[in-house]
Amino acid sequence: MQFTTITSPHSDRPNSVSRTMLLVILALIPGAAAMIWYFGWGILINMLLASFTAVVCEAIALRLRKRPIVPVIGDFSAVLTALLFAVAVPPLLPWWLTVIGIAFAILLVKQIYGGLGYNPFNPAMAAYVLLLVSYPVQMTSWLPPEMLNEHPLTLLQSAMVIFTGTLPGGLSWDALTMATPLDSMFTQLDQSKMVSEILMSPLWGDFGGRGWEWVGNWYLLGGLFLLYKRIISWHIPVSMLGSLLFFAMLFHFLDQEAYPFGMFHIFTGGTILGAFFIATDPVSACTTKKGQLVYGACIGLMVFVIRTWGGYPDAVAFAVLLLNMAAPTIDYYTQPRTFGHQGARRD
Amino acid sequence: MSNTGYGKLIKDGLWSNNQALVALLGLCPLLAVTNSAINGLGLGIATTAVLVMSNATVSLIRNLVRPEVRLPVFVLVIASFVTAVELSMNAWFFELYKVLGIFIPLIVTNCAIIGRAEAFASKNHLAPAIIDGLAMGLGFTCALTALGSLRELIGLGTLFSQADLMFGPIASEWTISLGANFKGMLIAILPPGAFLGLGLMIALKNIIDKRLTKKKPVAVTAADGDLEAGTTA
Repeated sequence: MQFTTITSPHSDRPNSVSRTMLLVILALIPGAAAMIWYFGWGILINMLLASFTAVVCEAIALRLRKRPIVPVIGDFSAVLTALLFAVAVPPLLPWWLTVIGIAFAILLVKQIYGGLGYNPFNPAMAAYVLLLVSYPVQMTSWLPPEMLNEHPLTLLQSAMVIFTGTLPGGLSWDALTMATPLDSMFTQLDQSKMVSEILMSPLWGDFGGRGWEWVGNWYLLGGLFLLYKRIISWHIPVSMLGSLLFFAMLFHFLDQEAYPFGMFHIFTGGTILGAFFIATDPVSACTTKKGQLVYGACIGLMVFVIRTWGGYPDAVAFAVLLLNMAAPTIDYYTQPRTFGHQGARRD
Repeated sequence: MSNTGYGKLIKDGLWSNNQALVALLGLCPLLAVTNSAINGLGLGIATTAVLVMSNATVSLIRNLVRPEVRLPVFVLVIASFVTAVELSMNAWFFELYKVLGIFIPLIVTNCAIIGRAEAFASKNHLAPAIIDGLAMGLGFTCALTALGSLRELIGLGTLFSQADLMFGPIASEWTISLGANFKGMLIAILPPGAFLGLGLMIALKNIIDKRLTKKKPVAVTAADGDLEAGTTA
């Protein structure tokens, strides 16, 4: 019997863009599934609608730019943008907002700069911010998590709400929606309530909002998978979560009743999704290791500052976009020393 | 200069050397006040008036001013006219004056005006200088109004709202609305909308220019014979 012998080098398949993107999508599955479990079918419908729109927009843009269409769509980067957008927006977002957001992300944020690899900003977050600034009411109408939801919608009902805007009989938007934990925390802090008083509400679980903290855990699982597969390096997530935790705990230590505890910031809103999936975007983030540490730490600081003193409920998108803008500068000042060269002499 | 016919001056000002879309001068008022068509039009006309008068004056005094001190003199001339325009608007268009606010005195700092004074008026006779000022001003006004209309339409779903500020009470019915159900995109009338809108307008102008230069050789041959080919090209 003859065995097939393979000569060296014994290496894995070469990394390709498609494989990377598919692995990130795979890592997104646990978190996304948890969101569908807690917040209903709307998330799934948004994901499908956003992906379809993204592929169509990408095809249109490539046709206009006279580039090959099939290989670029086959790299799944547009689909990944669409999925990240879909898990960031409210489950019952009207369909035309999803379409506007994705069209903006693909056409104006990504393709107009030259497509994948050239966009200075994260497309999904730019679309999220565009919609949040333009349509604050629709973008903050979140559903309560599954265990607090008195009127869970079926798949068909969710689709009806998203595509036609008609609510199931007898329900109003006010009965259906609920402020996110992060939103309700800071609104009530503004009304000079105390943190311990706010946390009495059934909205809260062990660390953050009920349901939300578990979504965070599942995203963390996906993030660890990405770290294990070396799609992302540890620098950005660790420095971002670390600096957010540091500043949150510092202020919590100074005044326990005015600033919620550190883990609250980690397990509410989009912090974990942002730390592992969004801030680590290889195109718009820093590329040097030292730079990535600075970049992540600044995002963490910005998240804390905007959440605590800013006007919008969540801050991850704003923080990531602001630091996207700073990334080239950070990279410039954190160039690693080439091996064999001496560092700048200080006399 | 001998090669500057009036036609070329006008074409330069309105299109091929448009101060807003090509030279990218005067961006501060351009981006700040164009949240509605009427605001854009109002500031554009004020700028045009200043530009025509300053170009004329600079052209008249061009042989009297020593080159070493020309820039301060130009600024003084421009500032005097801006003050005159500001006081007139205060007198006759008070509501519009209140809306435009600080951006009327800021016309002084509009680089388009001192740019034209330095680059054109100080080297040319009175008539070309006036025509140049008028053409450049109108080009700037067109860009301001177009950007204002675009932003107002996307952001609020209306066009020419508050036209009565400028044209008197008759104009209050000129407002075109896309209907009360139109949910405007708020970002268009916020500062980011100005940058996005201006970028898109410049892109559109470049596309048109590209098409025109491509068409030219075809159009010449088409004019000779085959009309069908000319229209499809």
